[in-house]
Amino acid sequence: MAVLLLAEVTDGELAMDATAKAVTAAASLGDVTVLCAGASAAAAGDAAAKIDGVAKVLVAEDASLGHRLAEPTAALIVSLAGDYSHIVAPATTDAKNVMPRVAALLDVMVISDASGVVDADTFERPIYAGNAVQTVKSSDATKVITFRTSTFDAAGEGGSAAVETVSAAADPALSSWVEDKVAESDRPELTSAGVVVSGGRGVGSEEDFALIEKLADKLGAAVGASRAAVDSGYAPNDWQVGQTGKVVAPDLYVAVGISGAIQHLAGMKDSKIIVAINKDEEAPIFQVADFGLVADLFDAVPELNDKL
Amino acid sequence: MKVLVPVKRVIDYNVKVRVKADGSGVDLANVKMSMNPFDEIAVEEAIRLKEAGKADEVVAVSIGVKQAQETLRTALAMGADRAILVVAADDVHEDIEPLAVAKILAKVVEEEQPGLVLAGKQAIDNDMNATGQMLSALLGWSQGTFASELDIDGDKAVVTREVDGGLQTINVTMPAIITVDLRLNEPRYASLPNIMKAKRKPLDEKTAADYGVDTTPRLAVVSTAEPEARAAGIIVGSVDELVEKLKEAGAV
Repeated sequence: MAVLLLAEVTDGELAMDATAKAVTAAASLGDVTVLCAGASAAAAGDAAAKIDGVAKVLVAEDASLGHRLAEPTAALIVSLAGDYSHIVAPATTDAKNVMPRVAALLDVMVISDASGVVDADTFERPIYAGNAVQTVKSSDATKVITFRTSTFDAAGEGGSAAVETVSAAADPALSSWVEDKVAESDRPELTSAGVVVSGGRGVGSEEDFALIEKLADKLGAAVGASRAAVDSGYAPNDWQVGQTGKVVAPDLYVAVGISGAIQHLAGMKDSKIIVAINKDEEAPIFQVADFGLVADLFDAVPELNDKL
Repeated sequence: MKVLVPVKRVIDYNVKVRVKADGSGVDLANVKMSMNPFDEIAVEEAIRLKEAGKADEVVAVSIGVKQAQETLRTALAMGADRAILVVAADDVHEDIEPLAVAKILAKVVEEEQPGLVLAGKQAIDNDMNATGQMLSALLGWSQGTFASELDIDGDKAVVTREVDGGLQTINVTMPAIITVDLRLNEPRYASLPNIMKAKRKPLDEKTAADYGVDTTPRLAVVSTAEPEARAAGIIVGSVDELVEKLKEAGAV
C-alpha cells in the first residue's frame, strides 16, 4: 500500500513539525510519498526528503499552487491519486480546506482530524468537541484523511528520500489570492510549542493580556486564548485553542482566567501537565488540571513571573 | 441573487454529551437540539445580504430527520424566506455523512440555481468540517472556507479566511460556496412575532430518494467511547507551592 502525504508548505517553506507528525501517523499505512506544492517548493521538498520514513518526495511548482488555494491544490492531488491507497495530510486549516474537496472529487468520504490509526481501514477520531472518540472503518477504495498532529510524535530527521518533480494539474482558476495577514511573532508556533500560556475571559481586556504574554515570554511559550477571550476581542483568533481553534498538546499548558468550557478543553486536554489559575474554585478547568491555584490572576501571574 | 443556506440540527452546544452504554454513539434521545451554531452565522449573513439589497431570496435547507423541521422554522423566524426539508433518516441517531449531504445539496442547487451557498464551516456533532468543500467540488464551484469577512461584488466575492497563521484574503468567482467562521457576525435572536410569522412561511418536504442519492455511510462506526479521563490533580495553596510542584515535575 502507498500513501500520498500533502506536506504543509507556506510560501515555499516546509512546516517541519506538522509534516513530520503526519509522517509518523502515515508510516504504518504503507510507503509514504510526500507531496510539496507551491509556487516554489523545491527547498521544502529537500527538507521533506530528510524526514525519517519518507520513501519519496514529489515537488510540484506552479504559480497556481503558490497560495494554498483549494481548487488547484485539490486538482493536483486528484491527478496523482491513482497510485495511492491513502491520501493524507496534517489537520491544518490548509489541509482542511483542500482534503474534503479531494475526497468528493474521488467520490469518497474524508476522515477529518484522525487521532489514531487502528489498521489500514480503521481510524479513531474525536467527535463532539472531543467529548467522545469514535472508531470508524472506511469502505472506500481510497482513504482521504487528515491527522490531528497533537496526538502523534514527529518523525525524526536523517532520511534521504529521492525527490522527483511533477507538473501541476490544469488550474480551474476559480479563485485568486489577494493577501495573507500573518501575525509576526518571535514566540514559538502554537501547535508545536513545548509550553503554552493561555488567557481567558478572566483576563478582562486586551491591555491586560500583556500579563499572559509576559509570562509566556518568561517560559519561552506560545500564547493561546479561549474562545471567550477571542470573542471579547482580548486576543486574535489565531491564538484560539479549542474545538474551533487549534488543538495543542504541549508538555506544559498554563490556563489563566479560563473557566474550562468543553470547547476549550477539546483543544488542550492532551497536554502533559496542565496548570490552572482561576479565582473561581468551581471552574471546570480544575477538573483537568494537574496543579490548580485558586487565586486572583492579577496577583498570581506577576508573582509567578517573578518566582520562575 | 438567491442564497441557499444549509442548516443542521445538532445537540445544543450547552448540553453535556453522553456516550451510549453500548458504544453505538452519543445519546440523543430526549436531549435539547438546536441549529448548529456555525449555521446560525450563515443564516444571519444571508439575511444581512438580503437587507443590504445584495440578495433577494434566502432559502434554508436541512437534510436529516423529520424533526429538522424545527431547525428550519428557526431559520425562517430569523428571516429566511422559505425552507426545504430533505428527510434522509428516521432515527435521530443516524448522522448523514457530509459526502451524501453534499450530493443532495448539489441536486438542490441544480433545482434552485442559487448564486451563493452560505454554510457553517463545521457541525459541532461530527466535527467533520467537510460539507461545504465537498459541495464545491461536486459543483465545480469556487470555495471560500472559514470566512470571517465577506464582501460580494457582482460576479466575485472577497473572502477573508481564518487560517492557522492569521488571515488570508482571496477573491472567489461567483457562484461560490462560502463556509463561515465564528467572527463573521453575531446571529440575531428571532422575535416572537417573527416566530409566529415563520409558521406560515413555505416549507417543502422531500426525501433523499427524490433526489436519487444513496446515503449509505462509507464510514461504519465500530465503536464510540468516552475519552480517557485525566487523573485527578491537586490544588496548590500558593504560587510558591506551584513553582515547587512544577520544578518537581520537571516542567520548568
